[in-house]
Amino acid sequence: MTQDNHGKAHKFGMVIDLDKCTGCGSCMVACMSENNVPFKEDETNKKDSLTWMTVFKLTNEKKFPETDICYMPRPCMHCGGKGDHGHSPCVSVCPATATDYGYDTGIVSQIYTRCFGCRYCMGACPYHARYFNWWDPKWPDGMEEYLSPDVSPRMRGVVEKCSFCYHRYQEARDRAYYEERRDNIEEGEYQTACTQACPAGAITFGDLHNPEHQVYKLVKPDPHQCGKPRNPKAFRLLERLQTNPKVYYISEREWVRKAGDNYRKGEWGQEKQPVHDKGHK
Amino acid sequence: MDSALIPEGAKRCPFPVFATGIAVVGAVLLWGVYAMGLCWLKGLNQTNMNDYYGFAIWIWADLAVIAIGGGAFFTGLLKYVFGIDELKNIINLAVVIGFICYSSALLILAIDIGQPLRGWFIFWHANVHSMLTEVAFCLSLYFAVLTIEFIPLILENRQIDKVPFFHNLSHNMHGIMAVFAATGAFLSCFHQGSLGGVAGVLYGRPFAYREGLLVWPWTFFLFTWSAAAYGPCFTLLVAKMFEGITRKKLVKDNVIHLLAKISGWMITTYIIAKIIDTIYWAGVTAPDMGFSFMDFYSNNSFYGIWILFTEIVLCGIVPAVILTIKKYRENKKLLLVAICLGVFGVCLNRWVMVLQVMAVPVMSFDTWALYLPSWQEIATTILPVAYGIILISLAYRYLPIFPQEQELYGTK
Repeated sequence: MTQDNHGKAHKFGMVIDLDKCTGCGSCMVACMSENNVPFKEDETNKKDSLTWMTVFKLTNEKKFPETDICYMPRPCMHCGGKGDHGHSPCVSVCPATATDYGYDTGIVSQIYTRCFGCRYCMGACPYHARYFNWWDPKWPDGMEEYLSPDVSPRMRGVVEKCSFCYHRYQEARDRAYYEERRDNIEEGEYQTACTQACPAGAITFGDLHNPEHQVYKLVKPDPHQCGKPRNPKAFRLLERLQTNPKVYYISEREWVRKAGDNYRKGEWGQEKQPVHDKGHK
Repeated sequence: MDSALIPEGAKRCPFPVFATGIAVVGAVLLWGVYAMGLCWLKGLNQTNMNDYYGFAIWIWADLAVIAIGGGAFFTGLLKYVFGIDELKNIINLAVVIGFICYSSALLILAIDIGQPLRGWFIFWHANVHSMLTEVAFCLSLYFAVLTIEFIPLILENRQIDKVPFFHNLSHNMHGIMAVFAATGAFLSCFHQGSLGGVAGVLYGRPFAYREGLLVWPWTFFLFTWSAAAYGPCFTLLVAKMFEGITRKKLVKDNVIHLLAKISGWMITTYIIAKIIDTIYWAGVTAPDMGFSFMDFYSNNSFYGIWILFTEIVLCGIVPAVILTIKKYRENKKLLLVAICLGVFGVCLNRWVMVLQVMAVPVMSFDTWALYLPSWQEIATTILPVAYGIILISLAYRYLPIFPQEQELYGTK
């Protein structure tokens, strides 16, 4: 295991084909069920709901018949941070080291029992991928029986977020060690709940360091550009901020790709490249 | 009734009048304590904060009281380290204000966190990369310094001073106060700065993000500078409020004018730096992230360009001009206008660096997030104000916080 993001360690990531996503919300439901995410009796106010995976609805703002919409599932981006060194926007600001970057997996963890609820990480995250437990977690009578024993429920007053179903990675790793494969985990052995639940097959998950994995083949991450996709139809959300997410999106539609970042007038098409300082040598 | 405790020769209002005033403010304080209790017992669902607005009015209040309490460290630095002796006549007031502001800030932080019983984790599991860790360490240490600076003043109470041990302790503490003032100024530079750094390091938030020097973004330096510049304005404002309420001259004009002049020049240099920072951010930093300057000031119902104009021109350039020109700062009305604008300006700057940062959308398809605080948030924000009024009233009544008071009235 190396203390950077460039060695032989895994770099788990996700590719979401936005042209396949129908916005059905199966990924959201699967995520909540898998990760014991509590819900409110009244979920009308989405800004204080816990939705590790959320689906944004984008429109091209054109009138009929040119109207087009796109559903964009958004888990935690598990950012590598500037230069892809693991200083994610949230990890670098947490005062109590309650959120950490796994150099062996590229996964940004959240230690619930250490978080004291200052919410600085939420302010730092431009994707709104972090959620605060404003209330005590409660489930309807009997529903506690359905909770997953592999994921600890969170208490009021702490921040939580998507973990790329890390407990599934632990399980796959344990199995591999038991079968004397060390940490040689097959692609199919570790998949997130949202990936498996998507009926359209829009979500692909795997190791971005492994050229055999689908995620690698789909986006062809450029190691000299901190993982920037070489596939021209692929993009990462807010690439210009240099957060270096591990979630990639693919779309044939230009307006969708443009919506993935901010551009000043006349910039789109110029393909202004972010300067990835302190990046790969 | 309490005349034995009142500084010798000083005139204070009758005790029943004082007690009534304290009771009225005390009722407000209790309202705040009740709201604070609700937040602690029921959780932060008592607020109107949400996942878009994780930082809200409390954090603004926290930053604002620390900024206006900056008069304590800066006046201490000028008096004890740079040897500007006239300021000894206002340093006690600055220290009391600083103590109130910093204790309030710590209280606000204790209410603001979701798991208050884990507050100590910030020290135990400290992440050295986090600006908030730096805030916590420097804030706590500086509060300890302020307490040490406050103690000799308490020991100067007429009755306490009669005890030889306390009298000598106070005398000796005064003797080494320069060491604490210098320590306080050092710590204060870092915690004021790190509060600026809290916003400035957020490279996922183009409205807040700034480049900088080594690990410190420019906001780090601007926050320290602005606290040193505008903090004395609040010290002067409180002195003026005391003079207005008691209808007595408590601090000589030469002291007021000296501090006003220093504040004026500090504001002048600060506002030049702030303008340069704003131009660079608007012209280079934000465009590199794909944002135009006006993206941050349009398409919403509240955050217009007026806010930048108010902060820089109305509450920056105007007080700077008034306070640096002798003729203007010696005009009582203009002086009052300038210090009020200064205090408002630095509070507005902190508002922008907390609330507007949260409000500005970052993803192209996101929307502005506006927010109204709940009554519990308002009550807990007013709580430190009520506490401050009570503490400073007690200090004025029983402690010699205005050393020139007796001289000005010749009652000794």
